[in-house]
Amino acid sequence: MSEPVNRNKVPFRGGGFKPRPIRFVAPFVFLALVLFWEFGSRTGIISNLVLPAPSEAFQAFLDLYNSGLFWKHVSTSLYRLVFGWSIGTALGILVGLLIGLFSLARSSLLPLTSAFFPIPKIALLPLFIIWFGIGEGSKVATILFGTFFPTVIATYGGVDNVERGLIRMGQSFGMSWLSIVRKIILPGALPAILSGARISASIAIILLVAAEMIGAEYGIGAYVLMAGSLFATDQLIVGVAMLSILGLCVSWLIGKAEKALLNWRG
Amino acid sequence: MQISIENLSHAYGSVEVLNDINLTFEPGEIAVIIGPSGCGKSTLLRLIGGLEEPSKGAAYIAGQAPEGSLNPLTYIFQDFALLPWRSVAGNISLVLEDHKLSKQQSKAIIDDVLARTNLSEFHDALPRQLSGGMKQRVAIARALAVRPAFLLMDEPLSALDSQTRELLMDDLVALWAREAFSACYVTHNLAEAVRLGHKVIVLSRRPGKVRDVVEISIPLEERRERAVELEEVQQQLWQMMREEALAADRELADV
Repeated sequence: MSEPVNRNKVPFRGGGFKPRPIRFVAPFVFLALVLFWEFGSRTGIISNLVLPAPSEAFQAFLDLYNSGLFWKHVSTSLYRLVFGWSIGTALGILVGLLIGLFSLARSSLLPLTSAFFPIPKIALLPLFIIWFGIGEGSKVATILFGTFFPTVIATYGGVDNVERGLIRMGQSFGMSWLSIVRKIILPGALPAILSGARISASIAIILLVAAEMIGAEYGIGAYVLMAGSLFATDQLIVGVAMLSILGLCVSWLIGKAEKALLNWRG
Repeated sequence: MQISIENLSHAYGSVEVLNDINLTFEPGEIAVIIGPSGCGKSTLLRLIGGLEEPSKGAAYIAGQAPEGSLNPLTYIFQDFALLPWRSVAGNISLVLEDHKLSKQQSKAIIDDVLARTNLSEFHDALPRQLSGGMKQRVAIARALAVRPAFLLMDEPLSALDSQTRELLMDDLVALWAREAFSACYVTHNLAEAVRLGHKVIVLSRRPGKVRDVVEISIPLEERRERAVELEEVQQQLWQMMREEALAADRELADV
């Protein structure tokens, strides 16, 4: 009755589109790149004028370290960064909350924020020097203003996105206004605030270097500027590497904070 | 404590949602409101509990709330409305924190309501670790914690699958048998209406009016066994709902 029918397995056509992290690939790629660079410099493929060898840059780092100025540069920069970023972020969260919670603040402050946000704060540096002095004031102010506006926007966006249902739940149980803000709105806006912090931290590092390029004796930016004007490219590489490591540390710290504060997201 | 609604109408802009509703909710009774989608059932519930203000008329509370009731009118929401960053116990403690209770008092209340909803072992679990049914049990425990005089339930089982729904209906019947609570239960599910309702209020399509009120005299605990009699009531309700639902379904949504 039944003759054998030619049958095939149903071809698999799902899967893919799901990149997974693979361990040790990143350090390996980094190491290979540095080795290739060193090899290129040694054999003369990469001219020393174009790019100094990694070993030379490392030597320049040792010189800097032995001169005792390394910690001076790093601590000066860190002080400005931490001071400017934390005040800018704190004020930004405060104003962002006001915009998120009050109609009057939203109507008055939001247009101002939108108008000031796109201004490159570096362009205002001369003004900041006149207002806050050539010393620490102008540098901290540049970072403060640079981190303030993105934090405001991240925070009020976060407040806007807190589920209305949760707020209504709070009201239906007769929770006080302050309790609703503290226990529902703030934690609900926290993911957005933290991703804003990630962005504002990178902006802070960029502005740090820019601010230190005017009237600064110490600081990573001042070191990079000096190296640049002397065409000491090996020192330049050291300065840039320090900035990159600083950025990695900051992003690692924020990652830690996200893990600790947002562990409920799983 | 008795809740009543008098001459209540509500409109969103020019769209009239509810038209001249008059209802009375008796203590110790579960009143179920059914109606086609968009007829204003959920709006009516928000108006009763004071989460929205009616355009006309009002809802009234007659008499004092019972002694010890922290939040007389308490909601249970369709989407559970649990804070994802708080544990099960934390979500219940949230609604107790604004009342001046000692640590031991709060703890005693939390342990009691978790025991009543069979959740004691999930004390420290986060909402994301729980199934939908468990989340709604937590929300029910949270509502019980404030010792409500009147429960406002907004499609509490509609986000759950049918097996879980059956289990939770049994739980609600058991809770009611233990301590007869008063509730207004909004749903579009007729099976839920006839299982849980002492009376079923049928709303017409928008603008919602009270079309009929059907009393069901079979005791809640016996309803599972007397399914045939319930089926008759359900058919009767369906006949009423059918044309309304059909007409509502064919309406153009331009709200």
